[in-house]
Amino acid sequence: MRAYLPDYELRPAGNLAEALSLLAEEPGVWRPFAGGTDLMVLFEAGKLAHKRFVNIWSLPELRGIGITPEFVTLGALTTYTEVQTNKTLQEEFPMLCQAASETGGLAIQNRGTIGGNIANASPAGDTPPALLVYDAELELVSTKGSRLIPYQGFHTGYKQMLLRPDELIKSIRLPRSAQPLRHYYRKVGTRKAQAISKICFAGVAEVESAEIKDVRIALGSVAPVPLRCPKTEEVLRGRKVDDETVSAARKELAREISPIDDIRSTAQYRLQVAQNVLEDFLTSM
Amino acid sequence: MTEAVASSKIEINCTVNDEACSLHVHPMARLLDVLREELRLTGTKEGCGEGECGACSVLVNGVLVNSCLVPVLQVAEATIKTIEGIASDEQLHAVQEAFIACGGAQCGICTPGMVIAAVNLLERVPNPNEAEIRNGLAGNLCRCTGYMKIFEAVVHACQNGSDE
Repeated sequence: MRAYLPDYELRPAGNLAEALSLLAEEPGVWRPFAGGTDLMVLFEAGKLAHKRFVNIWSLPELRGIGITPEFVTLGALTTYTEVQTNKTLQEEFPMLCQAASETGGLAIQNRGTIGGNIANASPAGDTPPALLVYDAELELVSTKGSRLIPYQGFHTGYKQMLLRPDELIKSIRLPRSAQPLRHYYRKVGTRKAQAISKICFAGVAEVESAEIKDVRIALGSVAPVPLRCPKTEEVLRGRKVDDETVSAARKELAREISPIDDIRSTAQYRLQVAQNVLEDFLTSM
Repeated sequence: MTEAVASSKIEINCTVNDEACSLHVHPMARLLDVLREELRLTGTKEGCGEGECGACSVLVNGVLVNSCLVPVLQVAEATIKTIEGIASDEQLHAVQEAFIACGGAQCGICTPGMVIAAVNLLERVPNPNEAEIRNGLAGNLCRCTGYMKIFEAVVHACQNGSDE
């Protein structure tokens, strides 16, 4: 059934301070509304349980991509389109650009935001695995000030996260790496555009004379949260890629992920494909 | 979960197809519904209502969006173009001419969105290659044509556009 329009409020905010004081005034009553690509789907289906939102889409304080020698900082409202067209991101964080280009279609990419993808907290989001392997940090703001926390560990359970009701994600900070890295991103969905992933995989590796010096791996749609896989990484660190390494990594990955059956895929398919994609990542190094 | 509150309608000003509009609407109303029901611009179609099919595509400040996913508050002071604003007077746009010439429309439900997406593509990339055309139309579904005629129409429109 369609939503009953007068039940919903969407309040304009002139600036960030105004939005934050509204969130702080009655914690939990107001929630942020950005590009709307997830919320409006629930709204139209009559499944948007929360009723009162503050419009943050127009806040300039949450926009823009800043670059310093050490970090690239994305305003939370950076859209998928903006991610794809940024030169520094293309060169140094190509998996983020690829994830952005494989999210929805162009109209979704023009409205969907990185901050929204994080705060929507879906385990099937396309950018979270890339953000996890790039060791992203989040800047959270409230009327009390701001804090910087690692993205890894931010999602604490299905749709649960370390974001207080009075806080907003202000920006996402990515440390720039001096090491040449191999980047591998793979989304497996039903079709090329507009599909929600069955699984998605992001991996970076630093390889020196055929030995894996360092490796970071994360997957989406295989656990209640976007999942970094430190145990699989540990199995791989310091080893050469051969059959034995691949087999050990596949086994460890199976222990580390916990895929389920749902409308998009099955646990068995997800496990098999996650292992195959991991193997492809390793053997194509 | 919060208690139900009756939200009131607000005034929103925007420009639609070069005409200034003053709307009295709920801020969460979908741009799609406002266009169709308040402004009677029924050329914009509703397909899936969840941002998957692109039938409701319009341009907001020149940016392609799914109007079913945009609450009207977010187009305050914006410039909107719908399918009704693509032709100039009696002269069809090169993309529209090309859709006719190539048989790019069958049942017609996807056509307004397809035309909007194609016009937007040619504004951004005047001479798109095959991948760029595919990417530009990737968010628009068609259940009749098998896409090839639509694809050919866009190629045709580029050739005709550059002749003008």
